[in-house]
Amino acid sequence: MRVAVIQFPGSNCDMDTVLALRDVTGAEPDLVWHGQRDLSDYGAIFLPGGFSYGDYLRAGAIARFAEAMDGVRRAAEDGRLVIGICNGFQILLEAGLLPGAMLHNDHLQFRCAIVPVRVERTDTPFTSGYAQGQVLRLPIAHGEGNYYADGETLEALERNRRVVFRYAGENPNGSRNAIAGIVNEAGNVLGMMPHPERAVHRLLGSEDGRALIAAILQAGRERQLV
Amino acid sequence: MSNEPTADRIEAEALYRDLGMTGEEYRRAAELLGRRPNWVELGLFSVMWSEHCSYKSSRRVLRRFPTKGPQVLQGPGENAGVVDIGDGLAVAFKMESHNHPSAIEPYQGAATGVGGIIRDVFTMGARPIALLDSLRFGPPDDARQRYLLREVVAGIAGYGNAIGIPTVGGEVKFAESYRHNPLVNAMCVGLMRHEDLARGTARGVGNPVMVVGARTGRDGIHGATFASAEDPLEKERSAVQVGDPFMEKLLVEACLELIATGAVVGIQDMGAAGLTSSGAEMASRAGSGLDIDVALVPRRETGMTPYEVMLSESQERMLVVMERGKESVAEEIFRKWGLEAAVIGRVTDDGMLRVRDGGRVVAEVPVRALVDEAPVYERPAREPEELRAFRAWRWEETPRPQRLDEALLTLLGSPDLADKEWVWRQYDHMVQASTAVRPGADAAVIWIRGTRKGVALCTDGPGRYARLNPLAGGMHAVAEAARNLVCVGARPLAITDCLNFGNPEKPEVFYQFRQAVEGMSRACEVLGTPVVSGNVSFYNESKGVDIDPTPIVGAVGVVDDVERICTPAWRPGLTVILVGPGAPASGEEGAWLGGSEYLLRVHGRLAGDAPPLDLEMERRVQALCLEAIRRGWAAAAHDVSEGGLAVALAEMAIAGGVGAELDLRGLGSAGAGAGAGPPGQAPEWDTARAGDPARSKAAAEAPVRADVLLFGEAGSRIVLAVAPEHAEALSALATEAGVPLAVLGTTGGERLILRTVDEAVDVPVKRLTEVWKEAIPWALAENSGATSPVRPATSPV
Repeated sequence: MRVAVIQFPGSNCDMDTVLALRDVTGAEPDLVWHGQRDLSDYGAIFLPGGFSYGDYLRAGAIARFAEAMDGVRRAAEDGRLVIGICNGFQILLEAGLLPGAMLHNDHLQFRCAIVPVRVERTDTPFTSGYAQGQVLRLPIAHGEGNYYADGETLEALERNRRVVFRYAGENPNGSRNAIAGIVNEAGNVLGMMPHPERAVHRLLGSEDGRALIAAILQAGRERQLV
Repeated sequence: MSNEPTADRIEAEALYRDLGMTGEEYRRAAELLGRRPNWVELGLFSVMWSEHCSYKSSRRVLRRFPTKGPQVLQGPGENAGVVDIGDGLAVAFKMESHNHPSAIEPYQGAATGVGGIIRDVFTMGARPIALLDSLRFGPPDDARQRYLLREVVAGIAGYGNAIGIPTVGGEVKFAESYRHNPLVNAMCVGLMRHEDLARGTARGVGNPVMVVGARTGRDGIHGATFASAEDPLEKERSAVQVGDPFMEKLLVEACLELIATGAVVGIQDMGAAGLTSSGAEMASRAGSGLDIDVALVPRRETGMTPYEVMLSESQERMLVVMERGKESVAEEIFRKWGLEAAVIGRVTDDGMLRVRDGGRVVAEVPVRALVDEAPVYERPAREPEELRAFRAWRWEETPRPQRLDEALLTLLGSPDLADKEWVWRQYDHMVQASTAVRPGADAAVIWIRGTRKGVALCTDGPGRYARLNPLAGGMHAVAEAARNLVCVGARPLAITDCLNFGNPEKPEVFYQFRQAVEGMSRACEVLGTPVVSGNVSFYNESKGVDIDPTPIVGAVGVVDDVERICTPAWRPGLTVILVGPGAPASGEEGAWLGGSEYLLRVHGRLAGDAPPLDLEMERRVQALCLEAIRRGWAAAAHDVSEGGLAVALAEMAIAGGVGAELDLRGLGSAGAGAGAGPPGQAPEWDTARAGDPARSKAAAEAPVRADVLLFGEAGSRIVLAVAPEHAEALSALATEAGVPLAVLGTTGGERLILRTVDEAVDVPVKRLTEVWKEAIPWALAENSGATSPVRPATSPV
């Protein structure tokens, strides 16, 4: 399966994501410029963290208009895997590929830490390498990670088990229901605030992100995605 | 422009004074030019001859710094220093102050400080991999100080986080003298391959000169002059710039891509004094000239005069000299990143900086006159009066506190020593996924992925020591920075510095500056860490009060094997060993208490002399500890600095979440075994004390007082926690190296127990942690006046 890491102007975890994919899977992903509309060659597409277009307006609000997002939408529609991490999650929300919105952290400060995150379900192509209820240690680094959705949407998310990751310790940003990551209805689009690509080596303080990256590649192979 | 003053008017009305030039300097400029300068030319002289750009007060003194070594690929004089770390890799680094802008607009002042230092590093061809920030404020019991701290931290975070460079270290300290003059010193470190080294030179007649990056506006005109003025609060407020980290992120990527093409002749950041200084400096380094047309500079405002374009300090701009015919290479790369690149002129060989406006020459000044012929001052120096009073203090007057455990908690909760997580959790310290030792340890370590190597980084600046004794303060700054690198397992390679002082026209301030540079130089020589870049910030004074002399050192070291790194966090079952002097010799207690955090926080006094530091002992202690870490013997290591041995041990217990039972009594008996250790020769500066018979007369054989033992400060001390089976080998190595060493006890349990000659300090680690962690959040909460729930209890702990 070929993997794309989209590079928006202002992305700053693009190379980290490439390195993590390389280290964990041995495969070489493609760095894809935001101006590329056709992403049909890729079975999995990562939207990396950062401050796309500076995020001066609202995180992800400009990036949703990038040409590459056409390709991302098409991938989401035909069941290929889309993973938005941090700013990537914010972009998926702005693009309407996932429900809800991101608010500023409730304490109004940027927060960078390694935090406990609980795996809420393992029957997704992203989390099959974890145990149900397993608590991971994952880095977070964001100023706008306070996930918000109205009561009805939130209830539907919970009912349909679309919350995949939840903060297990102190809620670091005030997100509703301590949500750290969700999937779309079809289960092939994941948005998460924590950074699995930063947790791929003991020296970096955690290796808990490796299983997520490995699971994506495995799912891609099993589903025979391009 | 027709409304610009004529040369007649400039001279008659002494308008040069408005630009910060003296009459003598004006006449010197006219003499070098062979005629009276016009308004644009006067502008060029005034910024290039400002203290900020010309180093006219500091230049002579700075020559004292050792700057050479086999590891140095690029010393001072370029945008940043570059040091070899082996395997064809090198690191570029520099530190710079942004004190004056931050005093006025703390968010943007700090943010643009970060932006500026990043440009200095990537312009060398290095990819920035880490940021550090040394901050100084007035005491946090004042609402304005809390505001400044919050905004400065937010500004650093706002820029560093967005651009995607981890902020991994630095320090935050508080003292009265910074109340009106906060210090914001930012350091950037970049990684490169040797062959990618780029320099800021304008070589090759006919080569095109290009402005790339952001457009030019009216912001920051005369920022450099303003940084060199007393009382910036009273000055032009428009001289503060606004940062755009998004633009700079694009600029980093575009410039590194451009440098990699090999078509770049020279490249330089447009920082202070903008186009004027970058152009003049690049031409000066090459011995060439420049012919540029300001009408070709892309602008974001209309109606700008040549004067304004030349002096604008708009951020996120670079000046690039390309190989002739390769203009389109630059244009294409910059277009891809959504940036502009415009040819504004050519390199010449006539040594002139010629400025045109649509073809018409508006200024024509020899580059030499602007750069090399800038005035140099030999300022008078005189020891400050207050030093005599400080030295008159006698330690015997200081009563031993009723309870030593309370004294320890007071120190752990002091703003200088307390946990700074509140600060660094706002910085993205993990982006680039390479941070192997995160903030909070002695130094940060950035792992170079794909290798076993790491780069260790830290900053240190003992303002209080430097005030009591500027020479010793300079020595301590370098020694402690190097020691911090050693504690994580790194070999110190070189330093950069930011020398923050008051008004150099005052002899006392100039004395402090000269002495601090001398002290730093001596330490650099002994420890083998040359100075490869740096910055001087004078005029940190307000309302006639100068800041404490604050030489800040940024140190860089290499870790050869990232599997062998240490932090202060110990685990149960380790043997705790103090390496270095154990206690003062009888009669020398005052040297260990003078200027200590303990004397200040527990007794409310700033007095005495800076603590002793024997540089030769320092070198040996560092070499021994580094060896112990590299051999894999040490599982944890921590520098003993402010707060003394007790605070160092408490910090290790907090970091590891594990207690220890330690016996310090062996340290206190003068001359006993390896514990007390030879005090080494008297510190070099300490002629007064060494020759004072009243002091050297041993105060009998009485053991050292417990508070001196616990909280006394001295250089050259490191605590190691080693696996028990290695303790003996370490001890043998120490004997061989002539380094004192004392085994203190074993880690384990939930309490930190320190046995002394009389009372034992016995506190639960949980309590230590609570006080240490809560102090800063509490101090910053907007409820000052209330009693802190974490203040040391008066009841038994």
